[in-house]
Order: sequence, then structure tokens, then C-alpha cells
Amino acid sequence: MRYTENHEWLRVEGDLVVVGITEHAATQLGDVVFVELPEVETMVASGDEVVVIESVKAASDISAPVDGEIVEINEKLVATPALVNDDPTGDAWFFKLKIDDMSVLDGFMSEDEYNEMIG
Amino acid sequence: MTGPEPDDAPERTPLYALHVELGARMVPFAGYALPVQYPMGVLKEHLHTRSHAGLFDVSHMGQILLRPKDDMAALSLGLERMMPVDVAGLPEGRQRYGLFTDDAGGVLDDLMFANRGDHMLVVVNAACKAADLTHMEQALAPVAQVEAVTDRALLALQGPQAEDVLSALVSRVMAMRFMDVIAVDTVFGALWISRSGYTGEDGFEISLPDRSADAFARMLLAHDAVAPIGLGARDSLRLEAGLCLYGHDLDTGTTPAEAALGWAIPKVRRTGGARAGGFPGADVILPQLDARAPRLRVGLLPEGRAPMREGVALFDRAEGGDAIGHITSGGFGPSVGVPVAMGYVPAALSAAHTELWGEVRGKRLPVAVAPLPFHPTTYKR
Repeated sequence: MRYTENHEWLRVEGDLVVVGITEHAATQLGDVVFVELPEVETMVASGDEVVVIESVKAASDISAPVDGEIVEINEKLVATPALVNDDPTGDAWFFKLKIDDMSVLDGFMSEDEYNEMIG
Repeated sequence: MTGPEPDDAPERTPLYALHVELGARMVPFAGYALPVQYPMGVLKEHLHTRSHAGLFDVSHMGQILLRPKDDMAALSLGLERMMPVDVAGLPEGRQRYGLFTDDAGGVLDDLMFANRGDHMLVVVNAACKAADLTHMEQALAPVAQVEAVTDRALLALQGPQAEDVLSALVSRVMAMRFMDVIAVDTVFGALWISRSGYTGEDGFEISLPDRSADAFARMLLAHDAVAPIGLGARDSLRLEAGLCLYGHDLDTGTTPAEAALGWAIPKVRRTGGARAGGFPGADVILPQLDARAPRLRVGLLPEGRAPMREGVALFDRAEGGDAIGHITSGGFGPSVGVPVAMGYVPAALSAAHTELWGEVRGKRLPVAVAPLPFHPTTYKR
């Protein structure tokens, strides 16, 4: 698993990268009540805002961590946004990205480095 | 309530240590460090208050005593020169909702005032209390001594089990109705209790000496039914109950008529009443109550699941045109299970079920005007 500075986790699944948010991020957000997902087959660039998350407190978003194509989205989150709080690193993945070069993931933090960042 | 004071470190209420011990996330609010939520989280705290009982620290609010220089009648009429409400007709042992208005008809603050026999107790918003004090000292100088209470905490116990819990200590609360006030001596000192709150639930607000606030709060929290509740759930509870938050839904740019607070202004103070007018902004407010204000505060139900928050612009069409109003409070309503909001719209678009659009992240999403409250209130009348 790799981690971004924006509290996303990235998991390699074959030739896809699965993206979710960390437990720390889910706790900070509070109870999630709304999730808006991107369309599948969308080409995204690193930094594009692709997911909107609304908690009881505020709105936030998830950016694409790398360039790629959205090939799958987790529709369960639309019907059950609370899944983001219940299982942030498991069932509550947001989207799967197809990317050309898996080596770009090496530039992201390891679990130890991420834990150090959040203190 | 307009937010933190810019300069000073936030003040602490007598329950600060307890909040920290309970694992609260503390935030600056109106110059005070207050819990926004506890480990239970906003959603569960909200639902717990509606199903059991919630304990809120509202010690940041201003408690002010008004002692008549001559008699209570003169004091009441003095207050009526500041507010468009019926003070003179308030019986001893009762509390009412009031509004300080300015010459343009805007609202300087909203408040509660109680007739405690030989004096009045006024409870005002934290962010306005310094200005309210000055305003009252000036306006009431001929008729009252104005005394800020600086050594008492204020707690709210809200929800269907509030009476059960509080009556174990003070059995007299069982006989109280909504907006009754009593004072009672206990081992915690003198408690000033009102049957009121700001959640839409039955419940009580309890003023007590600072020194016993911590022990009193711990005693209440020892009941299985009682959970500590933070500002986050306080906000979603009052929003579902259709209650205004000063500085958001209500300010000097809104009149009581626009804010749909006409229910607080009785016939006796309106055009043709025995004590009509005579308060700041009467020439603006009374004609609006006689006819109709140009714009009105309404409930708004977004049709999708995306919350529409404060500042969202409202439109009367899906594309083009100028904004016709905006949302002043909005979020997710845990008890109704959908997003809820309040905002101001032109009177012609204020009827329930009127279709409007709110612009969220550049997209116009449908939202319907809805009756308030979103969740039925359960006051013990």
C-alpha cells in the first residue's frame, strides 16, 4: 500500500490502482453522508478533483493521485456513504485507475512514512 | 454567533477539563474553547439527543440580570422600547423569546428573557454579549441596573429522557411546562432552571455556580441515558427544528418579518395594538408584518443527497438568470436522513414545494421550498 499527502491510500490490483482514504482521514472528516463518484472511462490527470465527499461537518474532495483512466467506481458508496467511516481501507475504496507505468507509485509514501507524517 | 474573536486565546468554560477528559475535539467558537464533537461523533450525538438525552455546555452564552430601579412594570416597558415583543404581559416564572432590533429594522441579537419576580434574567448569544450589555446599559439606564453574570455556567439537558434524569435531583421540574422558569437550592448551589433549549426537543437549561458545574455535569453523565453533545450536533439539531442561528440565519441585514419570526411579535405590539411600535425599526418591521416582507426565510429540501451549505446561491431556473437568494444554514439532517437547509428567497417564491435550484460546485441542483421544522418539535406545552 502507498499513501499520498492528501491521506489517500493506493493499492495495486493487477494493472490497476485502487484508491481510497485512510482511517485517519475518515476520522477527521467525521460521519460521511454523501459521495459523488466520477464517470467510468474518464481520463484524469494527477491533481484533478474526481470525488466529492460530504461529511456532517464539511465538503472535501479526492484528487486523482496519478494520470490514468477511471475504469471502475464503487457504487456502494453512493447508497451507503457511511461505509467510508466503517471500513475506509477495505470495502470503501472509491475508484480504480488504469495507469501506464506502475513505477510512478514508488514516488508515494510507505505506511511508515505516512504514519510519521500524521504523527 | 459570529465566530471566534480574532485576538485573544479562547476562554475556557468551567467544563473545559471535563470536555478534554471525555475526548472532545475542542474548537474556538465565539471566543471560547468548546467541544465540536466527542468520540461518539456528530451523527450519533444528534440521534442520541433525539432518542435519549444530550448534555450541552452552553456556558459561553451571556447571562445578564436586570434589576428594576423602580418597579418591574417600568423595566418591562424599558425592554419593550428595545424589542418588538410582549414583555409587560410576561407572568412571573415564565420565559419568552425576544429580539433586539436596530433603527433599520435589522436584528442585533436574539435572546431569551425570563420574569423572575423581582428581576429579569436575559440569556444572549456569546458573540453579541459585550454589545448587548452596552446596548442595555444605555437603553435601560433610567429603569434598571444591568448586571453581567460572570460566575455561573450554563448547561442544556435535551431530549425525551431529560425530565427523568433531572427530576431525580429536582422533582419540581416534572411540573414545569415549556418556557417555565424556577430557581431551586440544591447541593450544587442555586440552580436557575428553564424548560427550554435549542434542539426542538423537550428539555432544560440550567444555570449554576461555576464551582459546582463540573460535579453537576458528571452526575448527569453518570445516567446511562445521558451523553455529552458537541457544537456539531447542536447545529444539526437546531437546523432540523427550524431555529435560527444568529450571525447566519439572522443578523442586522434581516428583519424579524423577513426571518419569519412574526410569531414572536404579538398583536399588542403590531399596528393597531395597545402598545404598537415604539421599538427600533418599527417603521420598517410593522408594515412588513401588515403586508408581506419582500423576502422570507424558508426551509429548503435538496432533492438529491448532496448537502447544500451556507452561502449556496439559489436560482429560479436550471440555467441562466441571477441568484434570487442564498442558503444561510445547511447540512445533513441525521433524524430526517436527508440534507436540509434554510435560506432567504423572494416572497413570491416562498410557498412550500416551490421548485428552485441551488448551485453546488458549479452545478445547479434542484431544491424545494419546505415547511419548517423538518423534524417535529416535542416541547411539553
